[in-house]
Amino acid sequence: MLHTFVALVEDKPGVLTRVASLFRRLNINIVSLTVGHSERVGVSRMTIVCDASPTAGHRIAASLYKLENVLEVDDVGQLSHVARELALIKVAATPKTRSMVFELVEVFRARIVDLAPESMMIEITGVESKIEGLIQVLNENGDRILEISRTGRMVMRRGQHTSRVLEAMRVPGIELPEDKIVDDGAAPSDVLMAEETGL
Amino acid sequence: MGTAKKNPSQSTSHAGNTTASGRVGNATRLTGSEMIWATLEGEGVDVVFGYPGGAILPAYDALRKFPIRHVLVRHEQGAAHMADGYARASGRVGVCVATSGPGATNLVTGIATAMLDSVPIVCITGQVSSKVLGTDAFQEVDITGITLPVTKHNYVVTRAEDVARTIREAFLVAKSGRPGPVLVDITKDAQQATAEFDFAAAAPKPHRPHPMLKTESASILAAAELIRNAKKPVILAGHGVLQSRAGAELRTLAERMRIPVASTLLGLGGFPASHPLSLGMMGMHGEAWVNHAIQQSDLLIACGMRFDDRVTGTLATYAPDAKKIHIEVDPAEINKNVKVDVALIGDLKEALEALLPHLAPRDTKGESAWVKEIEASKGECAVRDIRNLPDSGHLYAAHVMHDLWKATEGKAIVVTDVGQHQMWEAQYYKHDEPRTLITSGGLGTMGFALPAAIGAKIACPDKEVWVVAGDGGFQMTAAELATAAQEELDLNIAIVNNGYLGMVRQWQEFFYEKNYQSTPLLSPDFVKLAEAHGIRGKAVKTRAEVLPAVAEAQKHKGPFVINFLVEREDSVYPMIPAGSALHEMIRRPNNPLVETAHDK
Repeated sequence: MLHTFVALVEDKPGVLTRVASLFRRLNINIVSLTVGHSERVGVSRMTIVCDASPTAGHRIAASLYKLENVLEVDDVGQLSHVARELALIKVAATPKTRSMVFELVEVFRARIVDLAPESMMIEITGVESKIEGLIQVLNENGDRILEISRTGRMVMRRGQHTSRVLEAMRVPGIELPEDKIVDDGAAPSDVLMAEETGL
Repeated sequence: MGTAKKNPSQSTSHAGNTTASGRVGNATRLTGSEMIWATLEGEGVDVVFGYPGGAILPAYDALRKFPIRHVLVRHEQGAAHMADGYARASGRVGVCVATSGPGATNLVTGIATAMLDSVPIVCITGQVSSKVLGTDAFQEVDITGITLPVTKHNYVVTRAEDVARTIREAFLVAKSGRPGPVLVDITKDAQQATAEFDFAAAAPKPHRPHPMLKTESASILAAAELIRNAKKPVILAGHGVLQSRAGAELRTLAERMRIPVASTLLGLGGFPASHPLSLGMMGMHGEAWVNHAIQQSDLLIACGMRFDDRVTGTLATYAPDAKKIHIEVDPAEINKNVKVDVALIGDLKEALEALLPHLAPRDTKGESAWVKEIEASKGECAVRDIRNLPDSGHLYAAHVMHDLWKATEGKAIVVTDVGQHQMWEAQYYKHDEPRTLITSGGLGTMGFALPAAIGAKIACPDKEVWVVAGDGGFQMTAAELATAAQEELDLNIAIVNNGYLGMVRQWQEFFYEKNYQSTPLLSPDFVKLAEAHGIRGKAVKTRAEVLPAVAEAQKHKGPFVINFLVEREDSVYPMIPAGSALHEMIRRPNNPLVETAHDK
């Protein structure tokens, strides 16, 4: 089963190794891992997708928290969230075959970001299945794919949840009904939230 | 040899105070090297175990200015084990020092040993200059990379101004939550550079508790409910009882609710072995009544233990009728091996303090049926009754352990190695006090005993300390005899010598058709080896000689080696074969080699 974790980590040398090494030690394969800056200075945000047994989530989150450089962990799991991946796909296309690719790009709401005499580069954003759909259609059309670069999944929970809320929520217990937190988005807490996170 | 006066109290609140060297609490300019010692001094350290070398030489040069004793080891593995033994005996953080490259890699076994048994040590290693990091410079090794999976955390320091803050944080990390080893790798240029030193200002941020700790009242009430309703409860006491200093609370729980207590190897001493409710050690070499009690119980209360494979046997058949309460400080241990019904995730002492008010004393007119049932089952077991043994001229390791226990009145700190003697010690030496058994449980590191005992003796100079090692493991770190001699330690060393790598031979006997491949062991004459170090030694071949030899060692000031030449092919019983259920044990056979009380 695929698990998705969001980890906020200190932006320091070696932190990625520590996180990756943890999964290696648990003998769990990382399916995708994206890292970048978060809304906080000095804090990076990782989205880790891994293949592990359905009951492994608790132990992975608990083990991640044991790393000194890990500040917060969110096991996104079945919670309501938005997941996106970005891909760049370079296909072989001559002036004669370009129009077919343009059509596909239109249907998939992708974009052409580079056009050369014998190739085109497509930029597509979406859930994994959408990207895989485009790749499949390109293959079936006989458009030769020259290169694919995919970012891997990045996720963000829907609604009022922020990392700060997550931390507060963790203290009383881990089985809090998540929907409540998503739904109670009244205006005052909006303001509060923005202040708290320094946005 | 460092002979500076030592302040036994290790305190973390030295901020602002001026200590002997006058360097703590004043913002002064120091070299990175001086800061290492000043910070250690501020953290209350008065002894370190180490070995100098090129990349750590600036630090060694600065040592003379500080009231810190340096114990020169003979191999860096010994330094890590000494820091470990020091920490286990005292409850304080042990410190070891090594140079870069091979000095650092030699520490690794000792660090892993501390990691697996959750022992707080801080390892300081020298590193090549930051300008040549990553160039395969002489004696350069990526020690933080190497130790990443066997440390709680590690650091590279490349600037003098980071030395104090990093070492202080290392101490906090090592002892907070579930303790463990921390390594600080300091480049030579960071040691040589000068910067502002302010011990108080270098205080780390307060430790942030693991966010998944969970001891809310609902769980406490659920646990209390299970305990009140249990007919056949058993407490499983682990290393956490010692680490959390929860012995008194555990005893209250056991006595108030009349619950028998089984211990893990590392939990021995956490609950007095002489207590009527004490069952003894559980698991692979636990006595039959202990493992049967666990298998038949309807409630297991696991206190600071982690359901290691050596105590559960095969998990599929482990305590099938028992509900399980797991009180544990590390959330990653919950439901790892055994699925539990109630988890109290937090400090054991605090959890028990919260739990006890919800438990009214069990109304006991006499002992409960369950305790009586266990008591009765003891008689059915073919226990080798040491006291009633006839003296047939054979010397058994069990004799040695039993007599050692008697002679030391069970009060010595016994530091064991790994193998048969370790199990015999656990079976026959009754530990009533916490921190009196020091042994490598999780990693099972042969060669641990002698160096760890040196650390323990230095931590507790007024206590009688015994090394109990096999002839195999002893030779792995026998070089530390020279350290014991140089430090003039009053250390007693018992070598249980059967001429085999005994535990491996036992497995070969049981599971590999007695194919004793590579287990017979030729050893030097340990008495002569001791004498070569200027250490007194004695060989013991018969039961009658045991007590006089022990008495001589006790009386002698300085190290003393006793070479106990015991029965060669004796085995540790009972034994649960790997992969079997906890109750499916190999019992003591009617082996002519093994005497029982009935042999008279």
